Amino acid sequence: MERIDAYPTHEYNGYMLRAGRPSPFGATLVPGGVNFSIFSGHANYCVLVLFEKGADEPFAEIPFRGLFKRPGTGEPFWGDFRIGNVFCMTVFGLDVDNVAYGFRMNGPYESAERGEPGTFRFNTDNVLMDPYAKAIGGRTVWGEQPDWDAPYPHRAQLVYDDFDWEDDHPLEVPSEDLVIYEMHVRGFTRHESSGVRYPGTFAGIREKIPYLKELGVNCIELMPIFEFDEFEHSKPNPQTGELLMNYWGYSTIGFFAPKAGYAATGRTDDGTMVMDEFKTLVKDLHDNEIEIILDVVVNHTAEGNENGPVIAYKGIDNPTYYILTPEGYYFNFSGTGNTLNCNNPIVRNMLLDCLRYWASEYHIDGFRFDLAAILGRDPYGAPLANPPLLETLAHDPILAKCKLIAEAWDAGGLYQVGSFPAFGRWAEWNGKYRDTLRRFLKGEPVVGDMAQRLQGSPDLYRDRGPTASLNFITCHDGFTLMDMVSYNEKHNEANAEGNRDGANDNYSWNCGWEGPTDDEGINALRRKQVKNAAAMLMVSQGVPMLLMGDEVGRSKGGNNNTYCQDNALTWMNWELVEKNAGIFRFFKNMIAFRNAHPMLRGRYFLSNQDYMHTGYADVTWHGTRAWNADWGENSRTLAFMLSGAYAKGGTAQDDMIYVAMNMHWEDHDFELPGLSEGKKWHVFANTNMPSPQDSWEPGSEPALSDQGHFLVGARSVVILVGK
Amino acid sequence: MEMTITEIKGVKVVQVEGDIDSSNASDVQERIHALIEPEVKILLDMSGIGFMSSAGLRMLLFLYRQVSGGGGKVVLTGLQDEIEETMELTGFKGFFEIYETQESGLAAF
Repeated sequence: MERIDAYPTHEYNGYMLRAGRPSPFGATLVPGGVNFSIFSGHANYCVLVLFEKGADEPFAEIPFRGLFKRPGTGEPFWGDFRIGNVFCMTVFGLDVDNVAYGFRMNGPYESAERGEPGTFRFNTDNVLMDPYAKAIGGRTVWGEQPDWDAPYPHRAQLVYDDFDWEDDHPLEVPSEDLVIYEMHVRGFTRHESSGVRYPGTFAGIREKIPYLKELGVNCIELMPIFEFDEFEHSKPNPQTGELLMNYWGYSTIGFFAPKAGYAATGRTDDGTMVMDEFKTLVKDLHDNEIEIILDVVVNHTAEGNENGPVIAYKGIDNPTYYILTPEGYYFNFSGTGNTLNCNNPIVRNMLLDCLRYWASEYHIDGFRFDLAAILGRDPYGAPLANPPLLETLAHDPILAKCKLIAEAWDAGGLYQVGSFPAFGRWAEWNGKYRDTLRRFLKGEPVVGDMAQRLQGSPDLYRDRGPTASLNFITCHDGFTLMDMVSYNEKHNEANAEGNRDGANDNYSWNCGWEGPTDDEGINALRRKQVKNAAAMLMVSQGVPMLLMGDEVGRSKGGNNNTYCQDNALTWMNWELVEKNAGIFRFFKNMIAFRNAHPMLRGRYFLSNQDYMHTGYADVTWHGTRAWNADWGENSRTLAFMLSGAYAKGGTAQDDMIYVAMNMHWEDHDFELPGLSEGKKWHVFANTNMPSPQDSWEPGSEPALSDQGHFLVGARSVVILVGK
Repeated sequence: MEMTITEIKGVKVVQVEGDIDSSNASDVQERIHALIEPEVKILLDMSGIGFMSSAGLRMLLFLYRQVSGGGGKVVLTGLQDEIEETMELTGFKGFFEIYETQESGLAAF
């Protein structure tokens, strides 16, 4: 039976309308028409603006409040399509495939012009984008020069949001079993060496799933895929003339729309196809047992401060969406111009809607929140003890099995690693892990800190467990792994900011020469250091994350802040897979080792005790002498042994694992702890050996001839398996 | 958009000429739906289709569901390159058996 409200009750200039429903927000297909719903706490005037896709001028403007006619009789009457602060209207007879829509809004307040501070920014000249737009057109091909004078550059589109997932669902891989690979959508396959049919796109990632499976990762983390403007702050490099762009995308335009310029189908200007392409990627990843985590930027928008453009939020409800000073300037805790007012109840609901949308409609397995400390600030910028937004997200039923990972700091000085309001659910990008590992690798005597990091940082996450610790040594921010062992200093001249941008505390060491060199000794040491880093990361309790390309020694020429480089400097160079096959092989073996040994993937902290009376504590610490670690202030050697009887809290059986790390510049003999009757030490990895003797496929490790001692080379890591 | 329907060796051959988008997808679907009966065999010759929008893709999948739900079979033939590419990118291609020509398509039944 047809719905009784599938018929118009109002007419405006030939358009048939009915009062809409406030929920859900945005544009929703209903029988015979489209329901439009948008809220504003301060507007009293709202007009729906309809365009044909590609047209500069709208073909219709329909007010939410005004004089309408009765269909049939033509009798005029006043209509008010509004419930509370939500303007909602159903429009019948629209051609879904060909329509883009926006809004004009106004309110009874003094509004500021661009460039001036002020609480309100209403201006009926502006066509505003729907914050709940599920697809955004107007910039559908990456890097294609737009018409800068176009009146409405980022255009909300109508879409079909159905998709046949068949029986796909989020994988719910336990956090402790994840190995995460952080990648940039475009950078992953844009280089011509990728050999994919659709370079730089969601579809391109699908083509490389076999590579990801071979490497052994079971989760990819995509840098921002919410629609953003790659031309934001773009400028030509004064030296090369090349255009520096917003390549990384940490600047959200629309929270519900995947970036059309990342889709091979983007050029069709059909928003539904962009959504379908991304959903097909998720479905394919899940088919291959790979989870997907999205890096989400909900701490600010692309509208900048009072000097920035009005795209949506400023013109819809400026003081609700943004943290403003009393004079009407924008607080800037993000370092980008504005700060989203995350703990305002209305914005909080929008962000909850956003995450629920991606979790349920796109089957996303988890979210990493950029500058998450901002999410804990109140509407005046002050840090909250119990931020409602974080609590809401932590306890939401739809998000209940999603990974929630916080970059637990912001650009306003709020550093919360170890103290992020977690509500028992949030994990953190462990910046202390990154720093400790880098310092140990370059030869600083930080063995005490190392012992904490290797155990999943119980000093930081005492009440949580190692899965709160997202362990990483490199990420998109900063040096790649190969650059971390090739440069002492950053070299960001290509960013045209006089090398002033980017972090200075890189804890990197160039192994004896700054940058590229022909010296084989230095190059061999660099390769070994890369392997050392991979080894230590993979044997640490906690959740490991790799940076795209580190597994093949990718270099960015010493640039540690490549946010604006859309070129071969940052694109994954697939020739390295063969050129650095030895490094790839080592990473692959290390990941396989982690996957083969549940003892490395504990959900709870190691106790350092033998509480099951097996003869060995779950973890014991050693140095060059067995059972005696050197915790001295000059010590650069550390070893630990894990007892496989304690794997997964004693519910799984695993081998004994021994890891010796010698970050001293001289070889050292390590006395090996004794094994129980019948077991022997086998060598799985020794970074001091050249490939392929540096590691073995798990299960094929050769037994040591000397079961009592191992000579661990200078700056080397040795991993033994006792079975 | 024009549609001709013939029957060859028990297979209903549907030939469509023109584009399929939101303006006619429902119409096409209705006309093909009229042919569906349990264990029906349908060959959709798409060589005359230059463009399909998201509405068109959905119409195809709907057709597939209805036919296979009744124990029948549908194959597609003559896909133009761009359409095949679009179907591959948006995840619709995997549902279908696809052949180059009507002849090879008929042989699949």
